[in-house]
Parts: sequence; structure tokens; C-alpha cells
Amino acid sequence: MSKSFVSVEGLARKYPQKEGELVVFEDVNIGIEKGEFVCIIGHSGCGKSTILNVLAGLDSPSAGAVIMDGREVSGPSLDRGVVFQNYSLLPWLTALQNVSFGVRARFPQWSKQQVNDHSKKFLEMVGLGHSLEKKPSQLSGGMRQRVSIARAFATSPKLLLLDEPFGALDALTRGVIQDELIKIWGETHQTVFMITHDVDEAILLADRILLMTNGPHARVAESVTINLPRPRQRASVVKDPGYYKIRNYLVNFLVERSGELAGSGGEESGSFKTLEVDPTQLADTGETNNSMVEMPDLVASH
Amino acid sequence: MQSLNLRAALTSLVFLVVLLGLWEAFNQPPEASGELSEFELLMGGADQEARVPPPSQVLGHAWDELSNPFYDAGPNDKGIGIQLAYSLYRVLTGYFLAALIAIPLGFVIGMSPLMYKALNPFIQVLRPISPLAWMPLALFIIKDSEQSAIFVIFICSIWPMLINTAFGVANVRKDWIKVAQTHELGALKTAFQVILPAAAPTILTGMRISIGIAWLVIVAAEMLVGGTGIGYYVWNEWNNLDLNSVIFSILMIGVVGMLLDLALGAVAKLVQYEE
Ligand SMILES: Nc1ncnc2c1ncn2[C@@H]1O[C@H](COP(=O)(O)OP(=O)(O)OP(=O)(O)O)[C@@H](O)[C@H]1O
Ligand SMILES: [Mg+2]
Repeated sequence: MSKSFVSVEGLARKYPQKEGELVVFEDVNIGIEKGEFVCIIGHSGCGKSTILNVLAGLDSPSAGAVIMDGREVSGPSLDRGVVFQNYSLLPWLTALQNVSFGVRARFPQWSKQQVNDHSKKFLEMVGLGHSLEKKPSQLSGGMRQRVSIARAFATSPKLLLLDEPFGALDALTRGVIQDELIKIWGETHQTVFMITHDVDEAILLADRILLMTNGPHARVAESVTINLPRPRQRASVVKDPGYYKIRNYLVNFLVERSGELAGSGGEESGSFKTLEVDPTQLADTGETNNSMVEMPDLVASH
Repeated sequence: MQSLNLRAALTSLVFLVVLLGLWEAFNQPPEASGELSEFELLMGGADQEARVPPPSQVLGHAWDELSNPFYDAGPNDKGIGIQLAYSLYRVLTGYFLAALIAIPLGFVIGMSPLMYKALNPFIQVLRPISPLAWMPLALFIIKDSEQSAIFVIFICSIWPMLINTAFGVANVRKDWIKVAQTHELGALKTAFQVILPAAAPTILTGMRISIGIAWLVIVAAEMLVGGTGIGYYVWNEWNNLDLNSVIFSILMIGVVGMLLDLALGAVAKLVQYEE
């Protein structure tokens, strides 16, 4: 377990209630390798954001621990960059200043010029070279999220945490930024842990997708390996013969098994094992004739 | 937009002309006749000059005063510029002393729920006290009328700044604090790079309210304390029955108050941000 670069061990989050306690999730075990892109999918309220906040060091769990690079995570750190769902840019700073805010914190010994050049480079990478001096209020939602991503990548954290970074964006913008994320990730090979509600987005980006059962007593039930060849492109990846096999498998989990598995085995705590799956190796069930399984309505109500 | 501004300016001008016209028309020297009003009796009978002067006179007087605002012909005869300068000096001194205390203290109260709860009763009791009620105590303790006036300004301008700063700091978006945390900013850097800019518009609102109150209070305070200042000047000219000067200085109080507010409004614009 502790061989992984990041390892989440026996994580649980409980809230006291009038009667007993509310167990949001428990027995969550995750291993993330260096350079790996991991997505986590689960229904709204199962505790994804909480897990991410614990990874970031912004929240502490009721039980269990997160170990990164051999050391336990006990508070926020520049080693773990976070992109929040509501882009958390500082509204009184320009795009460039927002990015250099992060860069200056990361590399305090750098000169102003170095900080500026580095920040500009990352803003250009996400296609914002022309909006350096704009304030967040003058940027569209998509552009703001790109600034957040540029800020996170520019500080080159050991682990990058993305909480539904594209949740609030329309499909077109989302596609463009996904491409940018693929590009920037291809250049830096950060370790990434990302929450998403979008199955296609997860398949496009991830090396591995973690599937959570519904809460309460949510768990990371399965870890699905995505072995589609890289670099992936939005247009061509769907033509891969394995794509719909994976997609159907994931949608099937979300529609059916996430509920069936929910809360099961609450007694034998500590014994829960995440199932490793490679859907492309599964026998054809007959239903994977590239037909679209109806997407469940996963859009969270925040 | 341009045309709206233009139309508004023209309308203002019309109002001004009508107002001055009515004032002028109703305040012509009365024909010497009939019974004296009680007021005229009090004023020593037939003193024709005791009426409210028409705007033409006031304007003429204003012209004289403003063409030589800084003359100094003894304790009871100083130019309007000198009097206003005294008042401004007191207001700004008391005001900035208050800001010096209110803003850091407001920061502490806003950051710490304990301090908020602990200091809240004091603030609630002290805040509604009329600043002039402090005057006797201030005079007794400080024994200097000048400094007592400054103290009164200090005490009246501290509350809006203190309360707004605390409110602004306490309500900084949690997301922004998280940004500071994930970038490992220390307490001081978080305060100056995140909380202060985030709370600045609210703090400036408090500062703007304070300067308005301070300018209101200084006139009353100087009437009590005497010696110099625009408040004393108004009262002194009233005692001299120089209504020209009284009206002129009332207008000057308004103009200076407006300028103070405009100045702080400009600063507020600098720190304003859009979410
Ligand atoms: N203070 C609290 N008291 C009780 N329950 C809480 C509290 N805070 C959060 N929860 C519960 O914790 C659960 C997990 O919340 P979290 O934000 O991690 O969900 P999520 O998986 O990120 O959902 P979404 O996909 O909608 O963002 C929710 O069901 C919520 O009801
Ligand atoms: Mg969430």
C-alpha cells in the first residue's frame, strides 16, 4: 500500500447526528502513482470533495490518513495544488497577478522578471496570452478556470487536485479546456487527482478511474484502468474499439451497481478491498454494440 | 449617458436659479412700518440688518471673503481659509488617529470570534454615545480645548471604521483564505495580500461614513470649545449678527464636507473590485 506515491489509507468521515452518527464514507483506500492521472466519479454527496480537501490538507478525516511521498499530510502545502470548482481567483488581481501570486509563493527566491516570465508562459499555454491584464470579472467562466489551471500548474506541485474544474462550463468550452489540460499535462506529467461528473471527460483524461458507491457509507468500490493509447484526442478517442466498452461499464456502475453496493458490509470495517477492473479485457456482454447507454443525470446540485 | 448628464446639469441649474430667485425676491429690505416682531424686539428693535440677506449680498460677501481667505487680523477676525484649515486639521488628526486604532483592532475582532464576543458589549455601549457628551470629560482630563476637540472627533469616527473593518474581515470568502492556505502564506502575508484587499471596500465604506460624521461633529465641537475653526466662526458671526457670513460659512461647510466625501470616494474606487 505505502509503495504508492500518494496513499490514502482507511479514510473515513463521520458527522455526529441526533441518533448515532452519519458516516459519509469509510474505508476509502486509494493509491496514486507518480505521474498518474486519476479521476474519481460518484454520485453527488458521496464525499468526493471531502476526500479531495483531506488530500489538500484543508480538512481532516475522522479516521485514516493520507501519506504522500512517505510523509503524512497534516496541513495545506505548496506540494499540493488545488483547483476549486468555483475558480477561487482573487478578484482584485489581474490574470497575470493571480498566477504570479502562486509562482511567487512557490519560488520566493526568484526575481520579479523570472516570476513574470514563468507566469506568462503558463497563461500562454492555456491560450490566455492576450488577456494577461484582465481582472477575473472581465473574463468568462471558462477563461477564469483556465487561469486557475495555469496557476496550479505554474507552481508545479507534486500532486494536483482538481475539484470538478469544468462542472460549471458549457460543453464546447469544456472540450477546449480539456484539450488544454491534456496538452499541459503532457508537457509536465504532473500527478493529478480529479473529481468529475462527466464519464467521457474521465475516459479522455484518466489513466485510472475510481468509482464510488452512493453514500452514506460510501466507498471506492472499483478502480478502472483506462488503457486507451495516448495522446488521446476528443474526436478520435471515441473511435477506439475499447471506448464504448469502458463507457458502458462506467455508466452501468453509476446507474446500477453504485446503488446496489451502497452501504453494504458496513460491519466488517477495515476489510474493504477496491476491485481492480480492466473493462477492455471483459468478455463481450452483447450490449456493447457501441450503443449509447442513457447517461444518468449526475449533475450535482451544489 | 452624455446627454443624461447634460440634461441633469441643466436641470440643476434651473433649480438653482429658481431657488436663488425666490430667496432674493422674498428677502428684500422690508418697508419700515408696522409692529416689530418678537424677534426684532430681541434683536434690539429696529435693526433693519437683522433680516436674512438676499443671495446677491451673500455672493458679494463670498467674493470678498474668498478673494482673501487667509488674512489674519487678530483672534476674532481671520479669513475663512484659516478657519477651515483649523477645522480640517482637527478633523483629520482625530480621524487618522481613529483609523490607526480602529483598522488593526477591527482586523483582530474580525479574525477572532473570541475577541468579537469579548469586545462586542463595549462597542454596543460606547457606540451610541453622542460624541459631544464626551466633551466635559475630555476637557477635564485633557485640560486643552484643542486636544479635546480632536478627541471628540477621534471618538466619533472610530466606530464606523471599527465595525466595518471587523465585518469586512470576518466575511472574507472562505475560498480566498483557502487559496492563501494552499500557497502556504504566513499569517502576515495572508493578512496583507488576501484579507486586506478582500475587505478593503468594506473598510473604505466605514472610513467614508466616519469622515462624514467627523465633519458634522467638528462644527458643534468648535461651537462649544471656541477660539478657532469653522464652527466657532459660524457662532461668532451669529453673535456679531453678520448673517452674510453665517450663510456663507454654512455653504462652505457643505462644500468642504462634499470634497472630503469625494476624496474618500475616489480612494474607495481604487480598492473596489468586482467578483
Ligand atoms: N457539517 C456537516 N454535517 C453533516 N453532513 C455534512 C456536513 N458537511 C458535509 N456533509 C455531508 O457530507 C457529504 C459529502 O459532501 P461532499 O461535498 O464531499 O460531496 P461530493 O461528493 O463532493 O458531492 P458533489 O458531487 O455534489 O460535489 C454530503 O452528503 C454532505 O451532506
Ligand atoms: Mg463536491
